[in-house]
Amino acid sequence: MSSNTSFSRRHFLRLSGLTSAGFIIGLSGVEGKALETVVNMSFLGESSSVTPFIIIEKSGRITIFNTKPEIGQGTFQAIPSIFAEELDLTLDMVTIKQSGGEKELGADQFAGGSASIRTSYKKYRIAGAAAREMLVLAASQAWGVPVGECKAELGKVIHAGSNRSLTYGELAEAASKLEVPKEPKLKDPKDFRLLGKSTPRPDVPLKSSGRAVFGLDVEVPGMAYASIERCPVFGGKLLSFDDSAAKKVKGVQQVITCERIIGKYRFEGVAVIADNYWAALQGRKALKVNWDFQGNETFNTKNYEQHLRDLAKNEGVLDHSQGDFDKAYAEAPVKLEAFYETPVVSHSPIEPMNCVAHWKPEGKLEIWTSTQVPFSIKNNFGKEYGLKEEDITVNVMFNGGGFGRRLYPDYVHEAVQLSKKAGKPVKAIWTREDDTQQGPFRPMTFSAFKAGLAANGEALAFQHKVISPSISASNSANYDKTKTDGGMMEGVSEQQYEIPNVKNLYVHADLHIPVAAWRAVTSTTLSFSHECFIDEMAVKAKMDPMAFRLSLLKKESDTKKLLLKLKEVSGWDKPLPAGWGRGVSQWEFFAGLAGMVVEVSKQGTGIKIERVVCVIDLGTVVNPDTVAGQVEGAVVMAISAAIKGGITFEKGRTVQSNYHNNPIIRINEMPPVETHILADGGDKIKGVGEPGLPPLAPALCNAIYAATGKRIRRLPFDIKKI
Amino acid sequence: MAAITLTVNNQQHKIDVDPQMPLLWAIRDFVGLKGTKYGCGIAQCGACTVLLDGNPIRSCSFPVSAAAGKKISTVEGLSENIEHPVQQAWIELQVPQCGYCQSGQIMSAVALLKKTPEPTDAQIDAAMQGHLCRCGTYPRIRKAIHRAAELMKTKA
Ligand code: FES
Ligand code: FES
Repeated sequence: MSSNTSFSRRHFLRLSGLTSAGFIIGLSGVEGKALETVVNMSFLGESSSVTPFIIIEKSGRITIFNTKPEIGQGTFQAIPSIFAEELDLTLDMVTIKQSGGEKELGADQFAGGSASIRTSYKKYRIAGAAAREMLVLAASQAWGVPVGECKAELGKVIHAGSNRSLTYGELAEAASKLEVPKEPKLKDPKDFRLLGKSTPRPDVPLKSSGRAVFGLDVEVPGMAYASIERCPVFGGKLLSFDDSAAKKVKGVQQVITCERIIGKYRFEGVAVIADNYWAALQGRKALKVNWDFQGNETFNTKNYEQHLRDLAKNEGVLDHSQGDFDKAYAEAPVKLEAFYETPVVSHSPIEPMNCVAHWKPEGKLEIWTSTQVPFSIKNNFGKEYGLKEEDITVNVMFNGGGFGRRLYPDYVHEAVQLSKKAGKPVKAIWTREDDTQQGPFRPMTFSAFKAGLAANGEALAFQHKVISPSISASNSANYDKTKTDGGMMEGVSEQQYEIPNVKNLYVHADLHIPVAAWRAVTSTTLSFSHECFIDEMAVKAKMDPMAFRLSLLKKESDTKKLLLKLKEVSGWDKPLPAGWGRGVSQWEFFAGLAGMVVEVSKQGTGIKIERVVCVIDLGTVVNPDTVAGQVEGAVVMAISAAIKGGITFEKGRTVQSNYHNNPIIRINEMPPVETHILADGGDKIKGVGEPGLPPLAPALCNAIYAATGKRIRRLPFDIKKI
Repeated sequence: MAAITLTVNNQQHKIDVDPQMPLLWAIRDFVGLKGTKYGCGIAQCGACTVLLDGNPIRSCSFPVSAAAGKKISTVEGLSENIEHPVQQAWIELQVPQCGYCQSGQIMSAVALLKKTPEPTDAQIDAAMQGHLCRCGTYPRIRKAIHRAAELMKTKA
């Protein structure tokens, strides 16, 4: 966490937005309209060259930048409210503008890792508080009264003694000339208007009326549409194509190639450029493309999974060791082993990948897109295309879902190249089939476990060996196979269970298909195997699964506190109806910590999820209602990944193509979800968007075991046939 | 190509398009209303839902020529100031996350409440099953439909 000492003075000025240029004013006045301005302002492009976090104009208008793309996780409300709180403003008093990766606003302009709030909460509060103190000081100087007699309140500085007040706009110019305070005093949390409260999100009305502008909705003058044919077999090369039929389709303008750059991969594509998207699609259907599959056409999931099982026999690379696992395991009177398997899954946000790019004749590039990584686009694309950072403008639109997919700007690369070649703005839209079949995907992980227990059930030795392809290896050609892979061992060695002898191992498997971070990344598969195996240990120890976990948590820890809370709020000790079962799980990883209790009932041959209770440990919470929504969403995503089909490959291609054969759960499959937030205040602040995923699958499978005695060691499974 | 007149939100639009073009792309790219979304193109996700003479249809799988002469309603036509009871309920319960699926969800909810002013959970599930929400707003959609039903009753 940055403290104020890490700010250079220049940076600090920028943070506060209190440069002399940054003060102009005029309350936008028309309430509600401010929101539409937000959407329109994201089209300002080059003219929006002044980009501090907060702009207070003389006219009274106050603009606050959201530096984290809004992907449904609520940053459009949460980030501006951090600044607004310290300035004592409500959100209807400000215009929220989405930042576009400008250097001055920092490299952390991305949405990922559940990091938006936990990495900016403190520094943005400091920026807001500095601006407030300068406004207050400016007022006290104007009135010639002691600064201690003045206070900021709802956009004004007030001097109660003389009943005078000045608006921030009126004070802006004078304030901008003052020294930026080095250690501004932060508000006392008990005076918060916004933070910690379920404040309505300003994007909700826009999203309830069709007015929110997503990437797919962007239109710029002279724009053409593109649909791109890519090799159906991963790793194929373009040999030739025949576009004569495609060019006969009315509205088709031209057929050109482009390259999809994703991690270490470069995949060729043939793009049909047309007057409208339907024509581009029709033209694409008429294309004849010859690919050289490079031998990849024999690849299939069945063989690859067997390969992973075979690899499990290798010792692997050491990830974490404590005590003497080999000895303790050899000597343990009670031993158990298990093997767990999980599938490849797709992100499948409902808004498919799309991008409008305009390569302008003067060598400037403007991009409009739904993305999680504006900073990386603005600052890294130049290398690829011979442009400078300042030549690139990124307009970040509302994202129709991210889930990690939009951390990868492969679709932006395609549009940029197409616009350059076509000499006009191009909007490239992936079809749902493209999105489902081309990846990148969440990779599978397979897990081999060993545990040794004492005769009384005490856990003595524990091993989790992960066998998987690697996200890092997909991202970089310089991947080092001789080392453990932190990304693929995520969370495994961070669990707080006190087991004296541990040896966790990693076995790498090569794969030629792009794989990627998916909401809660590898924790979504590793938590399943790890926490189900902990349950298997509890069964072997003849202990209640909650009591067994707590017996491994003697020291005080967040995990222990979380489980105790979960025990209480779930009513763990209350009897269940006949045919019901209850399961528990928790998972701590880089993004945060959450635990769940799931209750299920037997329904004929199947299982019904009756209830999900979640406790999420945050320390500090910005918007409890957003947190509840994020947990509900995480549960939906985790159930889909546990009980729906997943992605498989045959003949080198993705088998699934759209939502009919790559389904996600629907409203009728949704169980009730109860969310409890642990927020003790203080300095601790953890992530929200992801921690709700990992505990679901293991808690569900542990509940199914409790109800039926059936242990599920492979995802996905058919919940209608247990 | 064919000249087709579409009546969208009580306004007539003359467009010249391939008669086989899905209504979705005609509405978005020719009429210029972007609230209706593309998600799957095969009637699986509901993002493209509009009302045709009051009934929800998947505009991605409906040829534009078949919509001529019918009344098409899109999310933009619900209200001037976001005050339709369904929209009010959506805001009250803070339903949308990314928001991308919500235009379609809202149009189906509007159609449901017209036919069934006080739907049960089972009726809501039946009417809304055609809509995917990857963000997982299902519990709130259910609550918001009940709330909209209440709001409509007090209004009536
Ligand atoms: S886009 Fe029409 S149902 Fe999905
Ligand atoms: S709100 Fe994001 S898909 Fe429904």
